[in-house]
Amino acid sequence: MTNQQESQGSSSTRSAASEANDIPPIKAIKLRHPFRWIFAAIIVAYAAAFVVDAAINRPVYDWPTFGKFIFDKRISEAALVTLELTVLSMVLAVVLGILLAVMRLSPNPIFKSVAWFYLWFFRGTPVYVQLVFWGLLATVYPVIFLGLPFAPPLLEFPTADVPVFWIAVIGLGMNEAAYMAEIVRAGIMSVDKGQEEASTALGMSWTQSMTQVVLPQAMRVIIPPTGNEVISMLKTTSLVAAVPFSLDLYMRSRDIAAPIFKPIPLLLVASAWYLLFTSILMVGQYYLEKRFSRGATGMKLTRKQIREAAANQEESDD
Amino acid sequence: MTENKIITELVDVPGKSEFMVKAERVVKSYGQNTVLKDINIEVKRGEVMCLVGPSGSGKSTFLRCINHLESIDGGRLYVDGEIVGYRQKGEKLYELKPKEAAAQRRDIGMVFQRFNLFPHMTVLENVTHAPIKVRKQNKAKAIERAKELIDRVGLSAKLNSYPAQLSGGQQQRVAIARALAMEPKLMLFDEPTSALDPELVGEVLDVMKALAKSGMTMVVVTHEMGFAKEVGDSLVFMDGGVVVEAGDPRQVLDNPQHERTKAFLSKVF
Repeated sequence: MTNQQESQGSSSTRSAASEANDIPPIKAIKLRHPFRWIFAAIIVAYAAAFVVDAAINRPVYDWPTFGKFIFDKRISEAALVTLELTVLSMVLAVVLGILLAVMRLSPNPIFKSVAWFYLWFFRGTPVYVQLVFWGLLATVYPVIFLGLPFAPPLLEFPTADVPVFWIAVIGLGMNEAAYMAEIVRAGIMSVDKGQEEASTALGMSWTQSMTQVVLPQAMRVIIPPTGNEVISMLKTTSLVAAVPFSLDLYMRSRDIAAPIFKPIPLLLVASAWYLLFTSILMVGQYYLEKRFSRGATGMKLTRKQIREAAANQEESDD
Repeated sequence: MTENKIITELVDVPGKSEFMVKAERVVKSYGQNTVLKDINIEVKRGEVMCLVGPSGSGKSTFLRCINHLESIDGGRLYVDGEIVGYRQKGEKLYELKPKEAAAQRRDIGMVFQRFNLFPHMTVLENVTHAPIKVRKQNKAKAIERAKELIDRVGLSAKLNSYPAQLSGGQQQRVAIARALAMEPKLMLFDEPTSALDPELVGEVLDVMKALAKSGMTMVVVTHEMGFAKEVGDSLVFMDGGVVVEAGDPRQVLDNPQHERTKAFLSKVF
């Protein structure tokens, strides 16, 4: 009796397995979403109306002038200056930001409070005000001395000799460093404590475990907001007029527009260039994020792994 | 002649002896909370010692003191005759510089409960990283040696996988290979199977058994009493920061003398 039952049981599982392919798949009628289509149509209609209107009915946009200046040499040179300002101030901000983040996480109370004070000041005042201040640096500190406090200076240089471009880079970079420091700190803290422990147990120094184990993993958390900051910085460079520095994209297009009384087409020209750069940056961010997501849960197979899997498959087929 | 010299050294230097690990009256506290109270433990060269006890008994803390992930507040702790984390000059102890402490840790392998593999590196990179970056080994040689070790833990097919693509048991085997790649003289295991699904425990214990057979000195914090009986040369039962009972694993586990040991074992088995 028991034997019979058992054999019946096993035969039914076997047949279930073999018949799994024969079960017809569900052919249900898909759920319709009519309102999606209606809303989409309305939005597309409005968008089309706006574009047509901008092209035909708004002479003040002055598309011919836009076309005349979009590739103007003065504009493309200014665009390059804006790009330089962005890159250099971000480099300064990232380096200083990592330093500040590490200082804030260090056990040394003096490092900690210096970093905290820096953040408090540079995040607590508007970047525009800071840039005006940097512009007035030469008035407040006409000469900067380098050396030990209360001792004769080793080196001195007049502040007025510093090019306005570099004043702008310093102003933007030091403001941004405060934000970068918080981003880096969040990244470092997101890495499991066990990682530092494991690297310590393997005999790595603090610097080694920071640069080889913790920071590469922190990058995954650091990169998306940093990409955001770069894009934000690209646009913040338009505030360098406060220094005053006037060779960036925004100020240059204003200067061109003023004598010919055509502010609007040149604003469009500047916007187009800003958009071009942010689009390029977004593509770059995508690839950086991919690079640093190595080993993350849910990652796709790497090309090397796919090749290996294919090789194994062939072997087992033979 | 040389042998004689070594023997006199063994006699002269306190702690330099046949013991790989020697704890003398070790005390460790966090603020008001004393977690290790007067711990005396000796582990001979080539011995496998199992540390068991309820959670909070201080066994993991003691293990972490051995490679100076935690520093002790009293007593003396020696690994291979050297004081852990300090240098003794006359009567005074000097705290080691981070570099010197790191040099001490290089010779002590550690395996963690939660594996702590480097997730941004492949299996091979995990195993070769420390030998290349810390021991400054030749890269090709390190890779060759790593492949041998990965083969020894049965994961040759996973060389280029990332830890997230492996099961818990596989990750822990890689972690063991990573620790062995530094050619340690002592291996510490901190509950190596506690984070694993039950069906994966066996594969990790098998690797550890093979390692014990090869003569490695091991200190294992574990709840696997079967492993302790089969592989352990000695067993220490800790509770409340003190060693309650110690001896041959089979004797302690089958015939515990102390009430606390009996109570604990009755819950575990």
